[in-house]
Parts: sequence; C-alpha cells; structure tokens
Amino acid sequence: MITKPRIKLPDGAKVGDIIDVKTVVNHVMETGNRKDAEGKPIARNIIASFVAKFAGTEVFRAEFGPGISANPFVSFPMRVTGPGQLDVTWSDDLGQSLTETAILLVVIE
Amino acid sequence: MAKSSHMMKSGQSVASQPANAGTGVSRRVVMVGGLAVAVTPFDGSLATPAGARTVFFIETYKKLVGEKEPELRDVTIEILETAENGNTVPFTVNVRSPMTPDEYVKTITLLSTGNPQAVVGTFHFSLHSGRASVSGRMRLARTQDVIAVAELNTGMLIRGETNVQVMIGGCGG
Repeated sequence: MITKPRIKLPDGAKVGDIIDVKTVVNHVMETGNRKDAEGKPIARNIIASFVAKFAGTEVFRAEFGPGISANPFVSFPMRVTGPGQLDVTWSDDLGQSLTETAILLVVIE
Repeated sequence: MAKSSHMMKSGQSVASQPANAGTGVSRRVVMVGGLAVAVTPFDGSLATPAGARTVFFIETYKKLVGEKEPELRDVTIEILETAENGNTVPFTVNVRSPMTPDEYVKTITLLSTGNPQAVVGTFHFSLHSGRASVSGRMRLARTQDVIAVAELNTGMLIRGETNVQVMIGGCGG
C-alpha cells in the first residue's frame, strides 16, 4: 500500500533558483529477502518507480531497489522556471500507483 | 567527505569458486576482498573487511561499467561513517557538474557492495535539475563500501566511494 504522500516545496522561490524538492511516502518496501514465520519467502513489494513532472515535463526520475529504506524519502533538485504544478508519481511491484500534486509559488521581485 | 577505500583492481580475477560447494557455504557470503579471494563461512558477524564485495555486486558492477573502472573524481557521497541502524541510513550523492546542455550528469547509480542486491537506486537528471544531487535513505545489511557511479552526457562514467560501519544490519537480516 502506498499511502500518505507528502511533497515539500520551499517558500519564497525565485525564477532561476535551484530548489530542493523533498518527498516522502509510506510504503513497506518489502525486499523479497525475508521469510515469514513458516519459513516461506515473503514476496518482494517495493516502490520501483518514482517520477516527478513539473508543468507536464519530466524533471527527475528514479528506479529504486530493495536497498531503499521503508517509507522512501527522496530529495531532488529543480531549477525554477516559474510558478506551476509539480506531480510526483510512486509505483510499486503490485501495480499500485499514486500521484501527489503540489503547487510551486514564485516570488516576483 | 568521501573517504578513499580499497578499490577493486581492474583486471583482477574474481571467482566464485565451486570449491565452496561442498562446505555448505551459501553463495551470498562469498566475499572477495583486496587481492585475496576469501571464502569464509557466515558466522553471523556483521563485520566484513573493508573492500569486500559480494558476488552480486561484482556481477552488477561489471554490467554497469564494463571492463574499465570509472575514474574516482567529482562524485561525493555524504553518509554516516558509523550507522547505528542499517535499516535507514540517510545519504546524499553530489556530482560536480555545471549541468549545462554541453556538460551534464545523466544518471547516478548508487551501489552497495555488501547488500543482497547491489543496486540501491538509479537517479535520472535533466536540464531542469540545475544541480546533480540526490538525497534519500538506504538500507545497509552490514559494514561495507557504498559506491556511486555517475554517467555524464558524453557517456563517460566517474565514481565516488566511501565506507560505512554498520552496527545493526538492515535489509531484513
């Protein structure tokens, strides 16, 4: 289950700034290496894909392995071109996908 | 703050020798360190020699970089020197690059030399990135080296490495 997506954008960004976009989501990130109490392997279920789009254009993408911790946190840089909408999509091995949206506001000098 | 650590010499032969087949030593614990090939039974200890690499890592790394070891430059890995808990270790990878259309970083691949799976994550940058850096939290099964390989727009590969001492391993045992 992918739940509780959060995106943090800085306040007071100006055009031309390079900002850090901080994201986190709740997910077990089951590695596939563990066994249950009966010794049966627990199937892998991780968020394998992370995509960030600003104003419809992909700005950052990642593929995660089982070595990424549970409740994956990712911070990535983005050059501010103007105000707009940021969409971040997380997708896991079970085919669940979740998109969270944040609005970037820009300070005009 | 990347520390230098023992690196795999290029051209070094790395063999997961079938000699261990009869000893009950699982493939997972065959570690190759420095110039010596050490096959040790897993004693539950999290301590592995610096420069040790799992067979998984060696295979994955070879696929990623080919025969030529990427140059050790311009890639820094900020991570704890000693991690109390291997389940969640914060990291930042930075690559020095102007990130202009002529000169930019396409991807950073973060690798662990001692986890069951070598690739921790692959991060793709664009001209909208402005900077080639990424932060996250990773699992570390035991004391090991962490390596980041950056692919430049020219196709050239460069790398950074550091060692992390792990007190309690992550990755679900």
